[in-house]
Amino acid sequence: MSDLGDLYQEVIIDHSRRPRNFGELEGATRTAEGFNPLCGDQLTLYVKLADGRIADIAFQGAGCAIAQASASLMTTALKGKKEEEALALFGRVHAMLTEGRNGEAHPAELGKLAVLSGVWEFPTRVKCAILAWHALRSALEADGAPVSTE
Amino acid sequence: MTAVQTSVLPPGRLHPADAEHNACLDVERVRQDFPILRETPYGKPLVYLDSAATSQKPQAVIDAISGFYSRDNANVHRGVHYLSEQATEAYEGARAKVGGFLNAAHASEIIFTSGTTEAINLVAQTYARTHLEEGDEVLITAMEHHSNIVPWQMVCAERGARLRVAPISDAGELSVDELEQLVGPRTRLVAVTHVSNVLGTVNPIRRITEIAHARGARVLVDGAQAAPHLDIDVQALGCDFYALSGHKMYGPTGIGVLYGRSELLEEMPPYQGGGDMIASVSFEKTVYNTPPYKFEAGTPNLAGAVGLGAAIDFLAGLGHEALAAHEHDVLAYGVRALSGLPGLRLIGTAPAKASVMSFVLDGVHPHDIGTILDRHGVAIRTGHHCAQPLLARLGLAATARASLACYSTRQDIDALVAGLDTVQEAFR
Repeated sequence: MSDLGDLYQEVIIDHSRRPRNFGELEGATRTAEGFNPLCGDQLTLYVKLADGRIADIAFQGAGCAIAQASASLMTTALKGKKEEEALALFGRVHAMLTEGRNGEAHPAELGKLAVLSGVWEFPTRVKCAILAWHALRSALEADGAPVSTE
Repeated sequence: MTAVQTSVLPPGRLHPADAEHNACLDVERVRQDFPILRETPYGKPLVYLDSAATSQKPQAVIDAISGFYSRDNANVHRGVHYLSEQATEAYEGARAKVGGFLNAAHASEIIFTSGTTEAINLVAQTYARTHLEEGDEVLITAMEHHSNIVPWQMVCAERGARLRVAPISDAGELSVDELEQLVGPRTRLVAVTHVSNVLGTVNPIRRITEIAHARGARVLVDGAQAAPHLDIDVQALGCDFYALSGHKMYGPTGIGVLYGRSELLEEMPPYQGGGDMIASVSFEKTVYNTPPYKFEAGTPNLAGAVGLGAAIDFLAGLGHEALAAHEHDVLAYGVRALSGLPGLRLIGTAPAKASVMSFVLDGVHPHDIGTILDRHGVAIRTGHHCAQPLLARLGLAATARASLACYSTRQDIDALVAGLDTVQEAFR
């Protein structure tokens, strides 16, 4: 079953139209760029790290509803998280998006991010949802290299 | 609004009034020729509006390819046996058909390539590479596909030449006056698309050729989007090179054509070295074959050429006037229908327009439009359409694009509009 309603849930539409933590972040200690060459999605992720925790996080960019909502939901989920917790969440979201119900992620661990689980049924859209998360990993691992989903 | 004229044809070849009086296309019968149109993605009837990316294939083309492998397959130009003669005849027969399709003066002016991209690269790496000096210029336009930009960037960088770009209006129309001012004494080549893959704009090739030739520049035309829709006459257009792809004109993938005027092909160096492109080889000296073989190293795409020949026969069977009238009718209907949707903006409203409707929708990214339409069985293209500089010129990152072919119908447009209603519903 791969209904459009699974993909375009109300929460996703809401976050895409009114993205949270949207804009440049003053005092960011890390930034990373993400590109999706196929559809032109582009985002810049700003992270302010303090004592190993994500003290603040924001993003800027343009893209489809899935890319925007995923980035917005990610920022709300990560504020205050330890770096290693953020990377662990990257792993769980990655598994949810690429392995779907066969993945090991449990909805309870994902909280609101579980609304992205429907993306798995739309293979062409997985890279839209995952873009911000790859940018996150690049920012935290501080290699500074722009990430591309191609 | 009805910004669409019947001028999807080069001026002087067909009067709009003739089209109405000539036989009309029996689109239901045409659709029967395309087996894929019976597919039902997600249980919905297929509404294929992505023909500018690649057209679907009629049964005659599928049969020609299968028939070649079933009855005629052998290598060409070499064998003394029966099948090799059959294969050579089929391959050279396809070349003659392409020559007729483009109204080339000689079949030897038709070079088979893998597609438009290779055809353009061939000219860049042979003609341009040997004619460009430091400070020379290649002129393209702001509406080119990446395949008519990057090959020129590469050769210009190598030769120290300069790539210049003729601007377009917000409606997506080439300014011929501004183009004329950009053709200077150092301009060696003007490379321009016949029909824009994003905007549908039909460019005035004959006029551009006159301007370029008056200043001693050669003209290459990217005909990938024009070949399935327009009546092409390279001699009337006056162009020096014309490139096209089989798969966009009902033929198979992996086959394309470069037309080049004989005197230019004669003096151009070979493109790739190998078998078939030589007259004689010794370790001391190789004598190259004559055109077109000089440019066709290795065993060519025989079945592809045969399939393209069948596609040309298919197009001839439709009748050019009937096809143009039909596609114009569906385009005009589509432009009218889309223009009526609130929040929708058509991208590319030049008066001379063929078979492409690009658009953006307020508050909805084209990629989301594409996914939702897909689940309704409606296939469109979304993204930058391999024309990022054009999209940047228009201030866009992406558009949604519906494109037409002989099998497109008003019902297809109705399905598109109904799908767009549900898109707007989802994002309300």
